[in-house]
Amino acid sequence: MHEPTNIEAPVLSAESVSKSFGNVPVLFSVSFDIRAGEVHALIGENGAGKSTLMKILSGFHETTSGAIRLDGEEISLPLNGQAEALGIVLIHQELNLAEQMTVAENIFLGRELSQNGFLSRTEMARRVSAMLAEVGLNISPKTRISDLSIAEKQMVEIVKAMSRDARVLIMDEPTAVLTEAETALFFKQVRKLKACGTAIVFVSHKLHEVKEIADRITILRDGQWITTKPTGQFTLDGMAQMMVGRELSDFYPPMNEADVDAEVILEIRGMTTKNLRNVSFELRKGEVLGFFGLIGSGRTELFEAICCLEEKLDGTVFVSGKEVSFSSVAEVRDAGIVYLTKDRKEKGLLMEQGMRPNITLLALPKFIRHFMLDRAAEQKALERGIRRFDIRARDPKVRARELSGGNQQKLLLAKIMEADPRIVVIDEPTRGIDVGTKQQIYHFIAALAAEGISVVVISSEMPEIIGICHRVLVMRSGRITGELTGDAVNENEIVRYAAGLKEETSRG
Amino acid sequence: MSVDIKTLGPAIALILLCIVGFLLNPAFLSEGNITNLLTRSAFIGIIAVGATFVITSGGIDLSVGSMAAVIAGVMIIVMNNAVDVFGTGIATVLVGCSCSIVLGLGAGWTNGMLTTKGKIEAFIVTLGTMGIFRSLVTYFADGGTLSLNYDIRSTYRPVYYDSFVGLPIPVWVFIAVAIAGWILLNWTAFGRYCTAIGSNEAVARYSAIKVDRIKTWTYVLQGLCVALATIIYVPRLGSASSSTGVLWELEAIAAVIIGGTVLKGGYGRIGGTILGALILTTIGNILNFTDVISNYLNGTMQGLIIIVAVWLQRGDWGRRSPPTS
Repeated sequence: MHEPTNIEAPVLSAESVSKSFGNVPVLFSVSFDIRAGEVHALIGENGAGKSTLMKILSGFHETTSGAIRLDGEEISLPLNGQAEALGIVLIHQELNLAEQMTVAENIFLGRELSQNGFLSRTEMARRVSAMLAEVGLNISPKTRISDLSIAEKQMVEIVKAMSRDARVLIMDEPTAVLTEAETALFFKQVRKLKACGTAIVFVSHKLHEVKEIADRITILRDGQWITTKPTGQFTLDGMAQMMVGRELSDFYPPMNEADVDAEVILEIRGMTTKNLRNVSFELRKGEVLGFFGLIGSGRTELFEAICCLEEKLDGTVFVSGKEVSFSSVAEVRDAGIVYLTKDRKEKGLLMEQGMRPNITLLALPKFIRHFMLDRAAEQKALERGIRRFDIRARDPKVRARELSGGNQQKLLLAKIMEADPRIVVIDEPTRGIDVGTKQQIYHFIAALAAEGISVVVISSEMPEIIGICHRVLVMRSGRITGELTGDAVNENEIVRYAAGLKEETSRG
Repeated sequence: MSVDIKTLGPAIALILLCIVGFLLNPAFLSEGNITNLLTRSAFIGIIAVGATFVITSGGIDLSVGSMAAVIAGVMIIVMNNAVDVFGTGIATVLVGCSCSIVLGLGAGWTNGMLTTKGKIEAFIVTLGTMGIFRSLVTYFADGGTLSLNYDIRSTYRPVYYDSFVGLPIPVWVFIAVAIAGWILLNWTAFGRYCTAIGSNEAVARYSAIKVDRIKTWTYVLQGLCVALATIIYVPRLGSASSSTGVLWELEAIAAVIIGGTVLKGGYGRIGGTILGALILTTIGNILNFTDVISNYLNGTMQGLIIIVAVWLQRGDWGRRSPPTS
């Protein structure tokens, strides 16, 4: 239909591509194309087949049937990332950086500049400095990757891809761990690349970002192609509905009125750590308490310090009015406090193990009878968790790595609930998971509160904080700068506290 | 279910070796030789059971060979000196054995504490203690050999040379240690914690596991295994010198790896370790039986087996497809 010279001609396209792993089909005859100079967003729930499609387009997976065309010519992409030589670059969700090497070494990895057989280190550092400055990243090219924050690592990965003169850039949730300011900078770069004629595939769960940056949107659901249309023809609600295939009327669960006279179950006074200064707050029974703040504001550190996962310099913890001094995570657990990390892959689940050992790991003493593990009880716990949290796995024996992000998060929830906690701290409850699962998790949180369990939600997503929390504390630079309750919980107020435009002096 | 070559591999290899041994010389499968083979495997086997825990939880212990030597040396000194007080009966032997157990536990605890509380890599810590233990035994023996008092030797001798229900006592100890190890690794919280720590230490810490304590315990357990192995080793020769237990650490680690335990931790198999120890001893035994390959090439054969075993485990045998989303 198109002339090869036509501007509208796709650079890279998939035609009726299907893919099965063993007997399990994950993509059903999906067609997808990318044109030069456009951002084509790919959205869908976890498990919809987005990652598989991207891996097919970048040559990490072979197709089971269907064709891949590059510039209109049918091609079989070389496997294992060799497609980079054709200008097709995939940025993985799990970052692929060499942790012990410097930023500059990573960016030039595999195509180092050299002169007379020696590396031109100054020249490489100079070029990398320029690239970093261009994206507004204030780090030295000589910094080791292991010393960077997750957000900075993500930006380095993006700089690395941009430096490879990619014709087709495929990005799997690049903004998942970026702050809004970082996302804005990142989008500026994306627009620049677009103007240069790079074809960009953008996968994200953040629909407003998709709306902002994409020219066209393709929606996948359960491995099926649902639609491809210009962005202008979608509304945010419409996108969400097509992704899940049902109405999302009760996205946030109905909120029970907080009982202001309920017992104070946890009180923290004067918590101080390396980055926290004198933080105090109270948590009541059956309350959902939100903690909002920018990355690095100290929210995670606060709760890791409470749970003995981080060094505490000063501060007292009261549980049900009694002063306690925890010396191990096990004591914290036995006091009924559990912390669900935001870093599922590195701190939450044993990725190479099955679901059963994962689900019982935190509460393992509960599964011991006569000094031996009670496998039958463990199996029951797994069945209980699968039922209660609607964990969807092809086979109960799969390793945690093979679950989608949403199911991993549910498994993690099931794991901490095995400890029968009274206080649940959930750090970024919906990071990197799809709309449908998000909704389920919000309902779980509301149900826990209704049962009388106190829940702390640490989140960088404003709508979720507003949607599910009775009360919100805003942190900035290691201090609580504001407290909002009831009608005062709104975006404007939260942002003003988080950005330091406003501060409650009484909290000093 | 597909056949899991990772699990069956060591067993198949051992059976193949036995067939080869039988074809080269039918005497290989004689009762005398089998008993001899099992007894010889006991030392490395018992130590390797301990090593399985250390390696499964992501550590390594290079000091076991030297530890065995220094424990043997101190045992002999203690028993020789105890003769004046306790005579040459069983009491003296028991004093020696208790001394061995205490030393083993102490040496393991030291390795563990230096690794966990000292936050020094296990490789470095045990490389250091390996040197220390080795030089200590040389010092105690004054560069020569420490010999056990002749009278005690005859009291102690049955521990290595006597049989019980048809099997030599070292083999019974080996079986007992193997069963205890298997239960501990597969059916107790301790074993589960070792696996979790070896898989991902951060996840273990966030899951309320006392990581340092468990890791220290694995080294203590390793020390205990070395002590037990030494107790059955000393009556064999009745002496200790600077060449006692040389390269045992490598044989123990090799047995663990051949058995399918992952060197970087997170997956351990006691059954595999036992098979690994038997395979290593069988190779040496077969070479003794044949002239086709020189006995001096024992190390070469063992080395080849280790490399082939790990290579087979590396393959994508029956691996599942990558994640989808």
